[in-house]
Amino acid sequence: MERFRRELDSRPPPREGGDERVGEGERRVQRDWNEREDEKPDRVDFKVLPEIRSFDHRIHREEEGEAMYGFEALTFNIHGGYLEAIVRGYRSGLLTAADYNNLCQCETLDDIKMHLSATEYGPYLQNGALISHSSSRCGSDSVSRICADWRDSGRHVLVSYIPDQKPDSDLFLCRGIAYQPMEKGAKPSPLHTTTIVEKCTLKLLDEYKHMLCQATEPLSTFLEYITYGYMIDNVVLIVTGTLHERDVQELLEKCHPLGMFDSIATLAVAQNMRELYRLVLVDTPLASYFSECITSEDLDDMNIEIMRNTLYKAYLEDFYNFCQKLGGATAEIMSDLLAFEADRRAVNITINSIGTELTRDDRRKLYSSFGLLYPYGHEELAVCEDIDQVRGAMEKYPPYQSIFAKISYGESQMLDKAFYEEEVKRLCLAFEQQFHYAVFFAYMRLKEQEIRNLMWISECVAQNQKTRIHDSVVFIF
Amino acid sequence: MTSSWSRALTQISPYTFASIGIAISIGVSVLGAAWGIYITGSSLIGAAIKAPRITSKNLISVIFCEAVAIYGVIVAIILQTKLESVPASQIYDPESLRAGYAIFASGIIVGFANLMCGLCVGIIGSSCALSDAQNSTLFVKILVIEIFGSALGLFGVIVGIIMSAQATWPAKAT
Repeated sequence: MERFRRELDSRPPPREGGDERVGEGERRVQRDWNEREDEKPDRVDFKVLPEIRSFDHRIHREEEGEAMYGFEALTFNIHGGYLEAIVRGYRSGLLTAADYNNLCQCETLDDIKMHLSATEYGPYLQNGALISHSSSRCGSDSVSRICADWRDSGRHVLVSYIPDQKPDSDLFLCRGIAYQPMEKGAKPSPLHTTTIVEKCTLKLLDEYKHMLCQATEPLSTFLEYITYGYMIDNVVLIVTGTLHERDVQELLEKCHPLGMFDSIATLAVAQNMRELYRLVLVDTPLASYFSECITSEDLDDMNIEIMRNTLYKAYLEDFYNFCQKLGGATAEIMSDLLAFEADRRAVNITINSIGTELTRDDRRKLYSSFGLLYPYGHEELAVCEDIDQVRGAMEKYPPYQSIFAKISYGESQMLDKAFYEEEVKRLCLAFEQQFHYAVFFAYMRLKEQEIRNLMWISECVAQNQKTRIHDSVVFIF
Repeated sequence: MTSSWSRALTQISPYTFASIGIAISIGVSVLGAAWGIYITGSSLIGAAIKAPRITSKNLISVIFCEAVAIYGVIVAIILQTKLESVPASQIYDPESLRAGYAIFASGIIVGFANLMCGLCVGIIGSSCALSDAQNSTLFVKILVIEIFGSALGLFGVIVGIIMSAQATWPAKAT
């Protein structure tokens, strides 16, 4: 702690005594944000922290018809009123504790399916229907090709064309739902947990696409930002799968539907990161996140994980800055939610990289430059070598102290659940305020949590381990 | 300076002030009503997709906003009956100026009170629709808040009518 105390002084520390304080294996802390890697840094200079915009977002917010903070009620409903009401309607369809109790008492997967059919998931779980679903931005010729394919295979096709939001674009948002009529006497296919999870994710996809269709700027950009995380996960999934020589089609089916983009299949061809960027990612929204991690190194497991975390860090910071630009209640609530996400990822990165060959500097580079832990918490986390040190670093922050208080010493399995519970609590609080965009983000995350819950319950039931059901189910209401 | 500025003000015809007052009374009231209706209407439509039962009850919010516009119309009609012609020689008499200013003030009172009332009822109506969609017991309680909000417009109308009641133009000189 002496190091920090000295940093807060206005005088620089004496250089001669500096090296004695630093332990044997520890490198001097690198201030990446100052970019003076050759100089020994004296103190934290807050004026040059580049990533955080000013918190004075309450002033200068009256451009383009935006109201001041506190007066958003006057103008929000012009463009966002309908969609906010819609997303609140979706939120009321989330499963409650009573539903989860019913599901936890199921004996087989068919019971689960029966219970879920009584909830909002009903239409998606029908047997013999909805076996193929495609929603993509595509030109009109590819739409007709998709429809022709489906019709040839004997399926009924329902397609709606919606013109793309961007002006002077001849792309259509094509929603196609293909129904396979059940033949008489045919037995329904056996139910897997992955099927249930897939169908539930399709529901989330439908809801998201419905909202994205109706949204105008800046809400449409905000909604698109929410999916970049899934895109990063899909990219990493395909690259890792290709590395382990899996079939591309099989990998594409495992991708999260919200993170699909055109040319995602081309990812299988890339050999190193530069090719990855040049062939595929330069046309996606992820292009700007790649500047920090383009190297000529080949892709192996370690580098892919580092790439994933670097991309996600850039994405979170980009999202954070975008929300700050939006200002008002959106900025305030999203700052809190994104800061929690950044801190949680920092803890997970730390715990997962304990005992691996990831150096402390590399670890530090993966932490986002905002959030409650930035910058001092990150410095402490970077030098942690086991879970108890992590706990010691985190317990200085009251919100995280309450999380770590729930798990006993030396245990880390329940940490995930504790973080999820805290996240769900904060997401539900986002709905308490009206006239902001954070409700959309919160709804998507809550739905994702619900799908995780359903997957856990289905797995426990399928494997007959119902005693462990309550280990990982986080009730939303 | 002050004498020349105040003279400039008093040289404006009282008819101008009175007419502007009438315009503000109806125009700004309708602005408030329209603003309130779109705020509550957009939320109501979106929420009614998931919960269709809320539509008929929540039209009350829209009606409260509409009432605000009606207040503006009523007061404008009352005010315009107060406009009388006075002979040219008396047009800048203190009495006539007083009448002109009274009608102007009455128009402003009603207009801006209704503007704020319309906004208030609109925002509450939007929250009311969303809460009703989640939990139907909340509707009546939030309606009480809306009733208090719409009382603001009524205050404006009352004071406006009192102001205009004493807007008497000078009697015609015989």
